[in-house]
Amino acid sequence: MTPASWLRAVAVVFVVALLQVVIVSSLVVAGGAPDLLLVVVVVLGLLRGSTPGAALGFVGGIVVDLVTLGTLGVTSLILTLAGFWAGRYGETTGRDRRVAPVIAVGTITVLAGAFGYVLHYLLDQEVVAGHALVTALAPAFVLNVALALPIYALVRAIVGEGVRDASAPEVEVLV
Amino acid sequence: MSRQRSARSAALGLTVRRLPTTNTRGNGPLRRRLVVGLLVLASLVLISLSFRSDDSGPLSGVESAGATALRPLAVGLERIAQPFRDVYGWADSLLSARSEAEALRAEVQELRQRTIQSEFALQENVYLRELLDYIDGPRFPADFDPVGAEVTGRPSGAFTQAIVIAAGSKHGIQVNDPVVNADGLVGVVVRVAPRSARVQLLTDEEAAASAIDLRTGATGIVRHARGTRETLVLDRVRKQDVVRRGNEIVTAGWRAGTLSSLYPKGIPIGRVTSVGQTDTDLFQQVQVDPYVDFGSLDAVLVLVPTGRP
Repeated sequence: MTPASWLRAVAVVFVVALLQVVIVSSLVVAGGAPDLLLVVVVVLGLLRGSTPGAALGFVGGIVVDLVTLGTLGVTSLILTLAGFWAGRYGETTGRDRRVAPVIAVGTITVLAGAFGYVLHYLLDQEVVAGHALVTALAPAFVLNVALALPIYALVRAIVGEGVRDASAPEVEVLV
Repeated sequence: MSRQRSARSAALGLTVRRLPTTNTRGNGPLRRRLVVGLLVLASLVLISLSFRSDDSGPLSGVESAGATALRPLAVGLERIAQPFRDVYGWADSLLSARSEAEALRAEVQELRQRTIQSEFALQENVYLRELLDYIDGPRFPADFDPVGAEVTGRPSGAFTQAIVIAAGSKHGIQVNDPVVNADGLVGVVVRVAPRSARVQLLTDEEAAASAIDLRTGATGIVRHARGTRETLVLDRVRKQDVVRRGNEIVTAGWRAGTLSSLYPKGIPIGRVTSVGQTDTDLFQQVQVDPYVDFGSLDAVLVLVPTGRP
């Protein structure tokens, strides 16, 4: 990534992190709210690769934890792993698949929800599994998946896509 | 999958060669793993330091500085979003306006009668207190200076029920200060920065408040109802105590020696919606519908004890 694209990506993550905390979190639909920041981090991972995805997830998590005065590092750990996994998916199996953003966002929403539940449990914070993993996660999953393609298009227009050799397959069959 | 492919390839007499991973984005596997490992490690170190430290811990200065620096941006965004939120709230309220108006008319009639009765009771109460030289705990709102604050953030996810407000230690707010709004009890301050504070809502899994049935005097602990986001239960109500549907629940504000409840006496919490009990349960099951709409909090009052330096 060039310094200019890094700067644009960090700016996007910063603004979305603030939007998430101030506005999006309160848009509760059927018991759950969309996680716009998670969607953006996943999309950035798909577009720019695993290392930038992880780094941008870390930055977004730190901003969220600072603004909400939460336990520093919790959100950044979840988003770092989300960005990294999305990046690896984009670099390998998800390459050139049109539905890759939808698959990645859906899968990572569920995994991030489960991982967040475990993390809060380990930190001795009371969380009801049924509420965290079903009541709130199900609508969040639907909303995040619905946002995946529009956000992918928007972020790609702002940040651009990483340079890749589209013709190079992973496995070559020699006759 | 790769085994099948190899077997098929072998049967067809083909050679399959795995190409080295294409370094399309300038990241070698080693560098990639190193960066991610370091970021994960940094997150774990931050969690460890932040979780263990109190307000004077090594990270509190960094957290306070970060929160203070980001506060103007959060407040600015909140103000931009407010008109849109108001429009949404207005449109939403139109749907239920008619039925709500009828219910409110009936409630006004009942409250008018109760106000007159309360006036008599208050005069009697003042007279009897003077006679007894009665020493009481802090009362709301007389013994508190309310600090008004805008709600600037809501942590996302199902794990916490909290809000962030645009007032902090510079405004006299400390951890454990109760927070209310015009409808009733909102929660308690759990973290303070110079110009912002985190408020744990009453609907959080870890929140609880000692409460009393205003009509019958039955006491219990109000806490979050399992499985739902915005319902409360009045827990630990003995079977012999009387609680009826429709009764008002307010904070009990107990005092025992030098210890006292976080919440002062008499803050409205909600109305009883159902009462049940089984033979095996030790306590009654009382469900409470909170007065406060926790999903649309725009501004709150933090109750700072009068005379705090």
